[in-house]
Amino acid sequence: MTTATADLATASKRDETPARRAWRRLLRRRSAVFGLAVVVLFIAIALAAPLIAPFDPVQTSWSAIRKAPSAEHLFGTDEIGRDVLSRVVWGARASLLAGVVSVAISLAFGLPIGLLAGYAGGWVDGLISRITDAMLACPFLILAIALAAFLGPSLTNAMIAIGISATPIFIRLTRAQVLSVKVEEYVEAARALGSSHLNIVLRHILPNIVPPLIVQATLAIAAAVIAEASLSFLGLGQQPPAPSWGSMLNTAKNYIDNAPWMAIWPGLSIFLLVLSFNLLGDGLRDALDPRQG
Amino acid sequence: MTAYLARRLLTIVPTLVFVSILIFSLQQLLPGDPAVVLAGEDRDPSVVAYLHAKLHLDEPLPVRYLYWLRGVVTGDLGESLRMQKPVLALIEEKLPVTLELALIAMLIALIIGIPAGIISAVKRNTVWDYAANVVALWGLSTPNFWLGIMLILFFSVSLGWLPASGYVSPFESLRGNLAAMIMPAFVLGNAIAAVLMRHTRSAMLQVLSSDYVRTARAKGLDERKVVLKHALRNALTPIITLGALEFGTLLSGAVLTEQVFTIPGFGKLIVDAVFNRDYAVVQGVVLFTATAYIVLNLVADLAYFAANPRLRA
Amino acid sequence: MNCMLRKNVFAAACSLLLLLALPGLGQAQTLRIGLAEDPDVLDPTLARSFVGRVVFASLCDKLFDIDEKLNIIPQLATSYEWSPDNKALTLKLRQGVTFHDGEKLDAAAVKFSLERHKTMAGSNRRGELAPVASIDVVDPQTVRLNLSAPFSPLLAALADRAGMIVSPKAAQAAGDKFGAAPVCAGPFKFTERVAQDRIVLDRYANYWNKGEIHFDKLIFLPIPDATVRLANLRSGQLDLIERMAASDVPALKNDARFKLGKITEIGYQGITINVGKSELATKNPLGRDPRVREAFELALDRQAIVQVAMDGEADVGNQWVSPGNAYYAKNFPIPKRDVAKAKALLQQAGVTNPSFTLLTPTTSDAQKIAQVVQAMAKDAGFDIKIQSTEFATTLDLADKGQFEAYVLAWSGRADPDGNLYSFDACKQPLNYAGYCKPEVDELLNRSRSTRDPAQRTKIFEDIAGHVLVDRPIVYLFHRHWLWAYSSKLSGLRLVPDGLVRVQGLKAG
Repeated sequence: MTTATADLATASKRDETPARRAWRRLLRRRSAVFGLAVVVLFIAIALAAPLIAPFDPVQTSWSAIRKAPSAEHLFGTDEIGRDVLSRVVWGARASLLAGVVSVAISLAFGLPIGLLAGYAGGWVDGLISRITDAMLACPFLILAIALAAFLGPSLTNAMIAIGISATPIFIRLTRAQVLSVKVEEYVEAARALGSSHLNIVLRHILPNIVPPLIVQATLAIAAAVIAEASLSFLGLGQQPPAPSWGSMLNTAKNYIDNAPWMAIWPGLSIFLLVLSFNLLGDGLRDALDPRQG
Repeated sequence: MTAYLARRLLTIVPTLVFVSILIFSLQQLLPGDPAVVLAGEDRDPSVVAYLHAKLHLDEPLPVRYLYWLRGVVTGDLGESLRMQKPVLALIEEKLPVTLELALIAMLIALIIGIPAGIISAVKRNTVWDYAANVVALWGLSTPNFWLGIMLILFFSVSLGWLPASGYVSPFESLRGNLAAMIMPAFVLGNAIAAVLMRHTRSAMLQVLSSDYVRTARAKGLDERKVVLKHALRNALTPIITLGALEFGTLLSGAVLTEQVFTIPGFGKLIVDAVFNRDYAVVQGVVLFTATAYIVLNLVADLAYFAANPRLRA
Repeated sequence: MNCMLRKNVFAAACSLLLLLALPGLGQAQTLRIGLAEDPDVLDPTLARSFVGRVVFASLCDKLFDIDEKLNIIPQLATSYEWSPDNKALTLKLRQGVTFHDGEKLDAAAVKFSLERHKTMAGSNRRGELAPVASIDVVDPQTVRLNLSAPFSPLLAALADRAGMIVSPKAAQAAGDKFGAAPVCAGPFKFTERVAQDRIVLDRYANYWNKGEIHFDKLIFLPIPDATVRLANLRSGQLDLIERMAASDVPALKNDARFKLGKITEIGYQGITINVGKSELATKNPLGRDPRVREAFELALDRQAIVQVAMDGEADVGNQWVSPGNAYYAKNFPIPKRDVAKAKALLQQAGVTNPSFTLLTPTTSDAQKIAQVVQAMAKDAGFDIKIQSTEFATTLDLADKGQFEAYVLAWSGRADPDGNLYSFDACKQPLNYAGYCKPEVDELLNRSRSTRDPAQRTKIFEDIAGHVLVDRPIVYLFHRHWLWAYSSKLSGLRLVPDGLVRVQGLKAG
């Protein structure tokens, strides 16, 4: 390429916003595209559940207990005669909610606290950091189990428990980002110009720390879906008769030999959803990384 | 360096205090009267009263915390009221098991994760990259209790190659021990392999596009030698420190994996104690593992500093 | 198990396992038993769990035992005699019995053990031996228990942990740490225990009944997950498992390598209703009005519940003892489902759509039962909400009366009094329903003071007349104990208390 055309090429690339550049880079990675597509698909399934589920997910039938997949029940029936396909479709809601709401809670607490710790420094930072270290030193699942047991077994409480247990990760990440951005020239300039602290944080610091948070949040959703399944294994997640893939797996493990379809479909769904979030998160990390032009 | 070390050591104390408060309140605030739970199905009132007194349950929460704290600093972590056994003895019993499981899991994670990360970085955006990604990620994407049961059904029941569950001490039979540990270690190591893969990959990518490697390539040195010698060596440091951190997490006990495979380690001990309201066990073991985790963190950070002279400035 | 084709390490491990699984080639015969939980402390005085009793059956002999028909049979005591006023029980002890540490088991040792059960701090046996006022050593082979009042269930208590005799020398030396290394008089002695991993017992060479013992070593392995427990049996690492999952029965029946043993338990599964434990009883129509409770019972099809929730592995029942029990009140047969009558009763009571919350522990059986009951009772107009909580929390809520209905099972005792008194007498510890009727208390006390089976049957029928009409508990069914074991084993005795008895059990 001649220097002229090279300049033109780089110039047009320079004109696009960071968001568009990231989007373009994301689409270049096939695994990330796959992940995004699957996530969107599951969200669509979850939203359209009332329309696409062939049966009522809690409708029992004494005569159709643990029936193998057939034309009527494409995924078979479970231990008290409910249609597995309908439960998988409706379960998408619970599992997606578990993932998204937990992370939303972590961000809602973690982001402001991390901002405070990173920006304020001093004893405030010291106190917050020690408490965060303490929470991180306790095994995540143990914290979640204790919290869920304390609040009582239910999907909502499981989400709160997972959200709170994952908060320290976001506090730490936010704080680290704030610390590195705080010393940038534009922040110092803003301070010299007399901007209020709140202004600086919201207008200068926050937008620059968003990319790694997005990546972490996406990966955390994947971990949260698994965490809900784990809590359900111990009886602390979504309670019957409402479906969630984790609690379906928990029941299904007792019937692996005589009714494997009860486990295959929710297991496959969790695997696909979590894998997709992981692939998407990895892709986002690549796309948003300023070092890789 | 010594100033840094001293500063870090000082921060350990308040962190541990917070850990103790956190785990103590999480336990003691759990609903249900532990004396009733521990008294068993007969619920003999005299037993309930006896346990009440032993647990100081009639005293306010802060007082109970101080009783416990006093025990901790004198080396008495209390005892399991369900098994009438001192917590320290239980820790002594379970530590080798958990350590061994953690070590083997780390080994498996390294064997899977690092090559996957290297392949993914070197053959970026090709089928190899994609495949390595999925291989490393599939462990992170499946609930480990699920993977465990699948493995048991396949390798133990169908094929009969490995024992379904349980633990054999290496002193009793090394082969039996390894046979019993391989599946649970694999389940645990899988998830960590993914994290290792990610870090290896990004560290490798960083180094591969650096001036150092480009120069070496320009000089005409063999591509593979360049990769292995320079890139890997530089990427190793963050991997080692990360490895130490994940090891710390493993030490806390692979809660569900131990449950499924009936490995008598910390994870199983803690979970059962939570459900049985056996407070002292949870408090003691979590405090122990949290301390180990914090110390490992410190060691990892120091190693990172030691390996990177540039950061010491 | 095909060990031949695979690589070194696994082939070695595999062969090792095969070797362990083979019955005696002139080597030590080991029996590996899979338990459903890890036992608590192995001290008969302090022990509080069912699963501990499974281990005790091989470790600590008792004064008496029970047989398949729930009759009292001799073990450490060879005979018994009640005094004419029923306030003294004289026991003749077996000659030549020794403890695992070699000490002699005589009347003094029995007196020591019983007093230990009654007085040790934290003892769980106090309630069982409450009527025993004092114990006399008549001669080295004879003991007399003096009661404060006649108490017919005493023999049944002495056929359980309260009758386990421990070595006075070892107990005095160890104090409350006795459970870490118990010394009793059973066929096997304690060797080692790793918490949540295994309990190892070795044969006691001087056991009084050693002819009946065909194993040299017992290893108990607690494996809480039923699927994994069965997997261990199928892959050969275990020889016997207790409490197999009902859903695994059909597959096991088709496998010639294994046998299945089953018997109906002495306990029951039921739904306890808050009729007086707290204010919630008066606030909810279910707790307030016996007609609503009757309607609830009539809305249930017990056979269907058993079929769906237990895969058929239970006997339907409507009382605290199973229909096959000698003390079953025949004047109260199991009612058939009658939705029309249920609706009519609800109309009479003035509540056509009663709603209540069913407190359910998170165990899989309880969950299934709750869901099935919820769906069934809907047909009669009941709107049931399921509140699932962790077992420990359900106990707490039940204790405080913070429930309307509660899915609760009871492991059962050999004497019907054990399934009745603690639940229906006023203010007793297991009376979660808060049921309190002076007439019932009086009848219960009478049933304890007479030993004549015919009289007791009549009294139990009278009690049924109150308890089954007031319905503080709606009894649903009696589960089957399910043991799965290798076909090489024979001689397993199927006793309704669910314990594994090694006497007579042999391999090959």
